[in-house]
Amino acid sequence: MFPVRFWRYFFLLWVVVAGLLGVAILIDNHRDLFESGSQALPQTSTASQNDTTLAENGKQLLQLGNCLTCHTARGGVTGAGGRAFETPFGKVYSSNITPDLKHGLGSWNAHDFWRALHFGKSKDGRLLTPVFPYQHTTLITREDSDALFAVLKSLEPTANLKPILKPSETLDWPYGTSTALAVWRSLFFTPGTYVQQVNQTPEWNRGAYIAQGLAHCAACHSERNAWGALAEVSDFSGGLMPVLNWYAPSLTSLQETGLASKSVAEIVRFLKSGQSGQALASGPMAEVVKHSTQHWRDEDLTAVSIYLQELALKVSRNEPKAPTNSDKKSQANTSPKVLSLGAKIYEKHCEQCHQNQGQGIPGAYPSLAKNRAVLLDDPTNLVQAVLYGGYPAATQLNPRPFGMPPFILTLDDREIAAVLTHLRTQWGNQVKEVTPLQVNRIRALQGP
Amino acid sequence: MFCLFSNLKLQGTLQALFAGLLLGLLCLSPGSVWAQGKAFKDDMAERTRACTACHGEQGRAGPDGYYPRLAGKPAGYLFNQLKNFQEGRRHYNLMARMVDPLSDAYLQEIADHFAHLKLPYPPAVQATERISDRILKQGKKLALEGDSSRGIPACNTCHGTHLTGIQPNVPGLLGLPLDYLNAQLGAWQTLQRKATAPDCMSDIVKRLASEDLVAVATWLSTQNTPLSTAPSLKISAPLKAPWRCGSAPELSKAQS
Repeated sequence: MFPVRFWRYFFLLWVVVAGLLGVAILIDNHRDLFESGSQALPQTSTASQNDTTLAENGKQLLQLGNCLTCHTARGGVTGAGGRAFETPFGKVYSSNITPDLKHGLGSWNAHDFWRALHFGKSKDGRLLTPVFPYQHTTLITREDSDALFAVLKSLEPTANLKPILKPSETLDWPYGTSTALAVWRSLFFTPGTYVQQVNQTPEWNRGAYIAQGLAHCAACHSERNAWGALAEVSDFSGGLMPVLNWYAPSLTSLQETGLASKSVAEIVRFLKSGQSGQALASGPMAEVVKHSTQHWRDEDLTAVSIYLQELALKVSRNEPKAPTNSDKKSQANTSPKVLSLGAKIYEKHCEQCHQNQGQGIPGAYPSLAKNRAVLLDDPTNLVQAVLYGGYPAATQLNPRPFGMPPFILTLDDREIAAVLTHLRTQWGNQVKEVTPLQVNRIRALQGP
Repeated sequence: MFCLFSNLKLQGTLQALFAGLLLGLLCLSPGSVWAQGKAFKDDMAERTRACTACHGEQGRAGPDGYYPRLAGKPAGYLFNQLKNFQEGRRHYNLMARMVDPLSDAYLQEIADHFAHLKLPYPPAVQATERISDRILKQGKKLALEGDSSRGIPACNTCHGTHLTGIQPNVPGLLGLPLDYLNAQLGAWQTLQRKATAPDCMSDIVKRLASEDLVAVATWLSTQNTPLSTAPSLKISAPLKAPWRCGSAPELSKAQS
């Protein structure tokens, strides 16, 4: 139909387009090499900071970032890496960030380290996988990066008995290839800096800088897209954590964490002690409180709380007020058989601690009536709590918490669904029932 | 006068008996305050409800023959096990999730709580099928004499002369269900259960065949506990070199 010459040009055009795209992706991923005077990048203000203040700041920053919790394997040496992170794209092991010459950061300098945080690239130029939250760490200032590096340098250099597997070896093909990572980065990652909002207080700015950057709150508290990328580091609209299977509630919605209706002091107390009022840090958040937020300085806790609360206030103004009637309807649909089974199980297993009106015991067991965790649309966390029970984080302010027994071996899916439906429809609670199928899926996704 | 006195004494004894009987009934009746625990009391029993749900009331062992007893075990041993779950030397998801959020200080307090509970042991469970004398003999020999040809010390070298453990770190071996003993020895064999290095128990299990493990577990599970089940307070003889135990360094302390 078309002359051969047309096809020749057509093909050539595609080659040129593909080539240009390739070059663009390549340039995009190695912009650190082209950046004006990358060598002359501020060799920092280290001169003004002596080593002790640098390390002291670094220690604070390390806790703000909760770096060592991910870079330490269960029972392993602090910072020596090797903790496995399961993702929908395969496993990734955290790296060794002790100053070991061969396995860790021993041969790195402050600039290499900053390049990893800011550009998401290893010293050898390897593109890092976004399991390392460089969408967030890119906001960290060079000064803070240097302080972090100084304190990592002071860790005990530790070699790994077995070399930690690289993402290219552990991720499903083709996600771990450098091409796939380069394309991902061009689509979803732009190196950036935190821009101070002039119309906000220094405290608010400090809070935003911590929450969006080092503390990487949105890494869990926001839904990732099909490619595992976040829309915004300042999007805290909640999300189901893949594989781990916990729902990190929205920090801005009035329905979920309801930070807009809390005082700054209450938010601070939650981050510092792991609980405040009815709110209780459980699952992955208990780990964050235990290893990170309880150790933050008060001024940082306040700054982050002010920032999150203001953000929540702003969002809640645009949120529809009361929930719709559809929820009430679903309650009416729940079969009386399920409700009576739920009530029976509640009386047998739950009432002793959570009391007959779901009011709990102050200081020991949380109330279930009007508890935001009970009212979450997504029942995942409730199912997790009933299956595995457990303790809240033991913190300086709550050193001897009360615990909940696991029911994974005593109650079946039907019974757990019934008892959860019971507590979601009693004492003024009016939310969707939980089905045995939902419980079954969540149970099946957990390890043994 | 004498008569009156003896009468009083008798009365006192009767009263005591009666009170004891009442108290006993109160504890046994299913509707009792203790059994239902209706009243909230801020104590360690309340704080360890998550534990006793599986490990039995007061940690007296679970009803299914798997969850081991906690009551009266040496505090150091219990603490080490909690840390082993937290640090991945023992593997049981449920336990790991339970202890992950807790601090060392609180884990120690929980360990102390169960260690101080003094509860009588139930009699050893009689096996449903007949166990061959050969297995029992082999198990008894390993437990009480060891096997010098393979360099295997006897259980009672470290676990107390009467196998009731040694304070503060070595557990007793009696009064445990056969399923639990088998599962633990099997876990040592497959490296699913470890202790702080140098891991003496792991080295011993490595030298034993599966039949030996079954034999020793079977013999241990059929033994009644002695009158005093308290762990010994001191080591009878130091563990001979080159054996060393990371989780119970005191055993080899007297080694020259």
